[in-house]
Amino acid sequence: MDFSKDLMAASSTPIVLAILAEGDSYGYAILKRVQELSGGHMQWTDGMLYPVLHRLERLGHIEARWEVAESGRRRKYYRVTSGGRRQLAEERRQWEAVDATLRGIWHALSEPVARAASSLGGAFR
Amino acid sequence: MTTPAGALSLEEQIDRWRSYLARRRAIQPIDVAELEDHLREQIAGLTEAGLASDEAFLIAVKRMGDLDAISREFAREHSDGLWKQLVVPGTDTAAAPALRSDAVAAFCFAGAAAILMKLPALFGLDLQADAGFYARNVSLFVLLPLTAYFAWKRRLAPASLRWLPVAFAVAAVFANVYPFGPAADTLVLTVLHLPIALWLAVGVAYAGGRWNEVAGRMDFIRFSGELFIYYALIALGGAVLMAFMAMIFEAIGIKVESFFQYWLLPCGATGAVLVAAWLVEAKQSVIENMAPVLTQLFTPMFAAVLIAFLGTWLVAGQGLPIDRNVLIAFDVLLALVLCLLLYSISARDPRSPPGVFDVVRVVLVISALLADALALSAIAARISEFGFTPNRVAALGENVILLVNLAWSAVLYLRFLRGRGSFGALERWQTGYLPVYAGWAALVVVVFPPLFGYI
Repeated sequence: MDFSKDLMAASSTPIVLAILAEGDSYGYAILKRVQELSGGHMQWTDGMLYPVLHRLERLGHIEARWEVAESGRRRKYYRVTSGGRRQLAEERRQWEAVDATLRGIWHALSEPVARAASSLGGAFR
Repeated sequence: MTTPAGALSLEEQIDRWRSYLARRRAIQPIDVAELEDHLREQIAGLTEAGLASDEAFLIAVKRMGDLDAISREFAREHSDGLWKQLVVPGTDTAAAPALRSDAVAAFCFAGAAAILMKLPALFGLDLQADAGFYARNVSLFVLLPLTAYFAWKRRLAPASLRWLPVAFAVAAVFANVYPFGPAADTLVLTVLHLPIALWLAVGVAYAGGRWNEVAGRMDFIRFSGELFIYYALIALGGAVLMAFMAMIFEAIGIKVESFFQYWLLPCGATGAVLVAAWLVEAKQSVIENMAPVLTQLFTPMFAAVLIAFLGTWLVAGQGLPIDRNVLIAFDVLLALVLCLLLYSISARDPRSPPGVFDVVRVVLVISALLADALALSAIAARISEFGFTPNRVAALGENVILLVNLAWSAVLYLRFLRGRGSFGALERWQTGYLPVYAGWAALVVVVFPPLFGYI
């Protein structure tokens, strides 16, 4: 599925923060988790995740540290901060509001369709 | 990547990818390390899924996305950090140890330059009384440590290490063996031309093994311009420091003039060259755009001034006096135009099509050529009645060298504008011409004094 750039940009903050709220992680694993959660529908360009992580780090929502992974390579791990958790709660409130609004409108849209369908069916009866 | 992927091992491919990424200014070495870890993880995952390593590499690179777009994102995210990193490298930077050892080395070589400058004083040579000695040798004192610094930094091959010291030894001999008369013109010429000749040695050391490549020489041209800008900035700061110091010491009744004259100024001015060279190297991303911006700004202005001068001169119909100063003025004019041309070339993307600024540059070059050709013809007609002095011959020689360069540059530029030639040809011509300047300068240093009887 192709998502618009704006939607990707807007949703990346809550998604990354939420994944990090589950536990500390690093770039590749975050992308894997996004893929898994979306059932493969959300495909981020790998490289684009890192500027997002660096922006969140600069804003103080997450912290980074370098560790030596089991493979022996140095790896940058990210951890959500308390400020990040507050931001996540705020994002969640906003997205739930958006979600509720959209659900309402989807519902309202699908009802007349259903009604029209049933009346159409009635005419043929 | 031009080589077929199958011919390279995975490590080599990753190496290439890394160095390709590292060339992007917006992406810091530490970010490259993070992206590389990602790439390796992705490759490992794909190989586990049954792909061959070169296939896995290709897919991992593709998934990483368009590097231009990524580096734009990085630039947007990190643009505010550029100044922060001017001198103090981030503590968690993987490249920090290399940078720091580089800084230590640069300051050591700067110290060496300062010591070289003060060493003759031990043998009773006074900065004031033996000003001639210092003037002849100052380029050696500065450029020898500078060349050594780059030889160390680039880990030069022994082959070039052999002949660079030879070049400096020869320079030292010719600077000091000639029995110059007091205040001789040829002495002044030697002082002015020795650094130009030796700058070639600096260039060879700077370029490392890439002196034979157009790109290597172009980098050196860029380096020279940026070094000049950094040096001017450091000199400004130094002047403020000295003025301040003089003022506060004056207040408590201590005169610091002789300290300035004998220590701070000579040591600071020589050491600053090394520090500036180190800064240019370490902070490429920060000031890289300065020289091109300045040239972009001044190219139209110089073109306007030149056209105004040509017009007025032709209308007024004034003859030119054969004065050394007139010759020097026209040399300076050509050198300036050449610099404007060189730095705008060095910053221009060779692949982009001709634009308005290219036309402005051509106008500038052609008006400079016209002005110089007129001046030369006026001078050539009358030079025999005034005789050849070393200054006139040197100035004329330089004029001819610059004229030839600019004339052919104009031809190449016009060809490029009309779509008949590539911009690369102009770059090749300019970079190939560099040894000519050094060769002429060496000729002036070596041949002129005996030729004109050390006057």
